[in-house]
Amino acid sequence: MTAVELASAVKAGTTTARKATEDALAAIGARDGEIHAFNHVMGDEARTAADAIDRRIAMGEDPGPLAGVPIALKDNMCTRGVPTTCSSKILEGWRPPYDATVVERLHAAGAIVIGKTNLDEFAMGSSTENSAFGPTRNPLDTSRVPGGSSGGSAAAVAAGYVPLAIGSDTGGSIRQPAALCGVVGVKPTYGLVSRYGLIAFASSLDQIGPFAHTVADAALLLEVIAGHDPMDSTSLERPAPEISSRLTTGVEGLRVGIVQELTQGIDDDVLARMHEAADALTAAGAKVGDASVPAAIYGLTAYYLIAPAEASSNLARYDGVRYGLRTDGVDITQMYGTTRANGFGAEVKRRIMLGTYALSAGYYDAYYGQAQRVRTLIIRDFEAAYADYDLLLSPTAPTTAFEFGAKTANPLAMYMSDVCTIPSNLAGHPAVTVPFGTGDDGLPVGVQIMGPNLSEPTVFRAAATLEAAAP
Amino acid sequence: MPGKSSAAGRLSSDDVAHVARLARLDLTDAELDLFAEQLGAVLDHAADIEALDTEGVPPTAHPLHLENRLRDDVVRPSLDRDEVLAQAPAAEDGRFRVPPILGEAP
Repeated sequence: MTAVELASAVKAGTTTARKATEDALAAIGARDGEIHAFNHVMGDEARTAADAIDRRIAMGEDPGPLAGVPIALKDNMCTRGVPTTCSSKILEGWRPPYDATVVERLHAAGAIVIGKTNLDEFAMGSSTENSAFGPTRNPLDTSRVPGGSSGGSAAAVAAGYVPLAIGSDTGGSIRQPAALCGVVGVKPTYGLVSRYGLIAFASSLDQIGPFAHTVADAALLLEVIAGHDPMDSTSLERPAPEISSRLTTGVEGLRVGIVQELTQGIDDDVLARMHEAADALTAAGAKVGDASVPAAIYGLTAYYLIAPAEASSNLARYDGVRYGLRTDGVDITQMYGTTRANGFGAEVKRRIMLGTYALSAGYYDAYYGQAQRVRTLIIRDFEAAYADYDLLLSPTAPTTAFEFGAKTANPLAMYMSDVCTIPSNLAGHPAVTVPFGTGDDGLPVGVQIMGPNLSEPTVFRAAATLEAAAP
Repeated sequence: MPGKSSAAGRLSSDDVAHVARLARLDLTDAELDLFAEQLGAVLDHAADIEALDTEGVPPTAHPLHLENRLRDDVVRPSLDRDEVLAQAPAAEDGRFRVPPILGEAP
């Protein structure tokens, strides 16, 4: 059952929030020992919340648009009194004293938060192999990675535990795992969803968004979590966009450009699916052509200077003083150094080092400064492309789901997984990935639809069109 | 220049050790060597943008062109002190407890 159908059934009394919750918990209990989508299952909290929803319905109240729908939450968003680890040893055992805004909004909409999902440590990675608590397996082929960093959230939906999940996307961490697991994933416009309570990785790039089986479910979830929040000073002062009501509008007359720079270095089978998706949009009445975003070829490089630079600053707070792990030393400087050495994994250390170097005296302008100027060039080139096109199209990831260990020895090869998704983060633009057929290995392929800032209603119309046309 | 050179020749282990001190990360010798090589490879990859002419292009620090956001300076509820301190590795008298600073006697 989709989230839309389940919420209707709960409100109509043909099922209950408690039953939906027990079904999700049973599915997790049956298979998650193997998949490891969850770091922490919130069985007691979920049952209590479900019973409260059922009581409200019995009293004739409307608990909200997600009444009784179980949802999985990436373990880098704060849940009051419930462990929140970022899949890092440095936060093991920490129980936040507050809920993230997105968690409050889910509760207010009647959703049941069922647990916290695995991720690459501090969301740094593209395979969920960087978790301190072990990797997540792809439910469609357990010898393959689910993608990352929100691999646990993608797997929780793909495994059928829950119809919805929440992830965060800094360089593709929602869209790439959604593509590799065959589900819908959304990176909203920067500022549309509050980041309050999202543990920061790279603050100018991080954005929270939905995973779902269907485009309509993703739209409903985005409407619930979007909207201004005074607790996040980068939150846009505008109401949540109306998306669901326009999903069936179609794409007649829309101009869609295939981004030529994002078709380089893509596996042939993946690229073939994207061209078939373009044909499907044409058949539905869109005018598809070739677009160019020349500076997009520098996106990967700019990202791997900007994101580590911001991360090296954001992760300075893990110093063994206020929360999480402490390894004692003879003085405070030694305590900082040993705590951080023991608490962080290899990829997090690598990014802190890279970012610290890029920000250090003598290198700041050559690396961080230059990356910021390149970011401007990318934004300008997108603006030029959007003068000719309403939407842009590309593959979501260069390959289908790869095998465990295939890219762990070579950080650059792993970083390439995000080559198509990173440009939207640098520009702040929204992008959605929709499953569209499979590769030669039978594993799912995702196609990415991008649009200018706040074009979610239009991006979702194209996503719904592709969903209906998908093989 | 002392120190083992990276494969890419950009960073020595000494350079990496200096950055590790700035980042307050106690790295092992094996980590210093590995990171010298891997960071060198990432920085080699960055040569494509180093060579780019960006004369006159303003930097983008943030995707939204936001002005400073101001609010009235009024007292509002905040996190409960005891609840916050209960999560700390060490606390004493309503404060975080840390090891000696600047070589004080413990």
